[in-house]
Amino acid sequence: MNPLQFFGKGLPYLPPADYPGVLITIEGTDGVGRSTQMTMLRQWLEVQGFGVVETGWTRSPLIGRTIAEAKQGRALNRFTYALLYAADFADRLEKEIIPALRNGFVVLADRYVFTAFARDVVRGADRQWVRDLYGFAPIPHLVLYLKTDIATLIRRVIPRGVIDYFESGMDLALGDDPYDSFKRYQTLLMREYDKMAREFGFTVLNARQHPDRIQRQLRDAVSELFASRGFWQSPTRVEIPVEAPSAATAPQVARR
Amino acid sequence: MLSPHHFPGRLIIVEGIDGSGKSTQLQLVRRWLESMGYSVVFTEWNSADLVRKTTKKGKKNRSLTPTTFSLLHATDFAHRLVSNILPPLKAGMIVLADRYVFTAFARDVVRGCDRDWVRRVYGFAPRPDISFYFRVPIDVALRRITMARQVLKDFEAGMDLNLSPDPMESFKLFQGRILHEYDAMADENDFAVMDATGSISEQQRLVRAIVEDRLLSGYRKKPRIA
Repeated sequence: MNPLQFFGKGLPYLPPADYPGVLITIEGTDGVGRSTQMTMLRQWLEVQGFGVVETGWTRSPLIGRTIAEAKQGRALNRFTYALLYAADFADRLEKEIIPALRNGFVVLADRYVFTAFARDVVRGADRQWVRDLYGFAPIPHLVLYLKTDIATLIRRVIPRGVIDYFESGMDLALGDDPYDSFKRYQTLLMREYDKMAREFGFTVLNARQHPDRIQRQLRDAVSELFASRGFWQSPTRVEIPVEAPSAATAPQVARR
Repeated sequence: MLSPHHFPGRLIIVEGIDGSGKSTQLQLVRRWLESMGYSVVFTEWNSADLVRKTTKKGKKNRSLTPTTFSLLHATDFAHRLVSNILPPLKAGMIVLADRYVFTAFARDVVRGCDRDWVRRVYGFAPRPDISFYFRVPIDVALRRITMARQVLKDFEAGMDLNLSPDPMESFKLFQGRILHEYDAMADENDFAVMDATGSISEQQRLVRAIVEDRLLSGYRKKPRIA
């Protein structure tokens, strides 16, 4: 039996059952290359023969649109912001993540509750309140944190075009200049992530390295986790070279 | 345990199961206070636009889990708290709320959420100055509702919980559990427990006496505000 472990009391109405799956989450601020790494990791896992389910942040069919609309109208305060995201997460948790874990999938979560912990606290919510709010969330087996510094992040985000209103924390009124606001907001987020890395034992990876190199380290961390859980025994292990998935999703890295 | 507020205004809330007569009583309090020249603001549970569409959709296709149900209502409450309740409290007015967080404490637990978790989720809500709890037996509540409009709403009867295929029977079971939760939290939250089987005017006389005793003493009609 593999029971789920929760941050708090969990979901009392969930009958006890075996959860043979594995929950792996990738965390990091915007623009650190999370989705590129996710795609590569997924491909590698599938080659090994593991069933993979991917999940993101703000994508539930029930609440995703409400969040988009509320953001559009900028009608959110620090509590509604936190609670709506928690509702959205709960919906995906109960309808996607938990069933997938129950059925033995590897669940790859692009962002997890730590994203909420960071964003909500930066928006002024009480640190303990936010952690209590997510007491129904299962503790992931592995948290891969792609850590970067503000200068690197800015150089990656600026060429993408207009800075997003919420990504730059403009709702916090840190300043009326998107660049300054983005810089201050992301710096505050990074500070929260660094604190959580110690609190929750994240596997910290240097996001300034070449993507292939990061991928190799991610796979090592996943392999180690699987070995410790006896997860390798199911399918056969195949060594495949690290390779960016396709030209479209591969990051453009200048090699000079 | 909710923390007391330090605003110049006053917050009075009513709780009770459907059919307990709490809304009628609150309406009479409102008339009375207004007739004496107080500035009164009235607010209801579940009325913000922010999540109404989502909860409606979710109720219709039954896609809400106890946790998402709870969190969406908490969102709705937080929205109303910040936009409708806190401003008049800060401005020194009297806020009358038809249902407050205790509705969630009772309902969400009956639906299966953890008792302690729900209380923590609503930890940001200020403690009311007076919380009236209109206590009524299930049969009386049921009689009042069916006399007034013949039909029971599915959610009122807790039909989604599959307690019984018969709406009447389901209502009794569901509201019975809600009643039990209210009773259990009455002391901890310092409820003014009212016998809601008595006549409307007799109840109102007691309600007004409590309001005068516990609220109006020390309250300034035109308080100095920040």
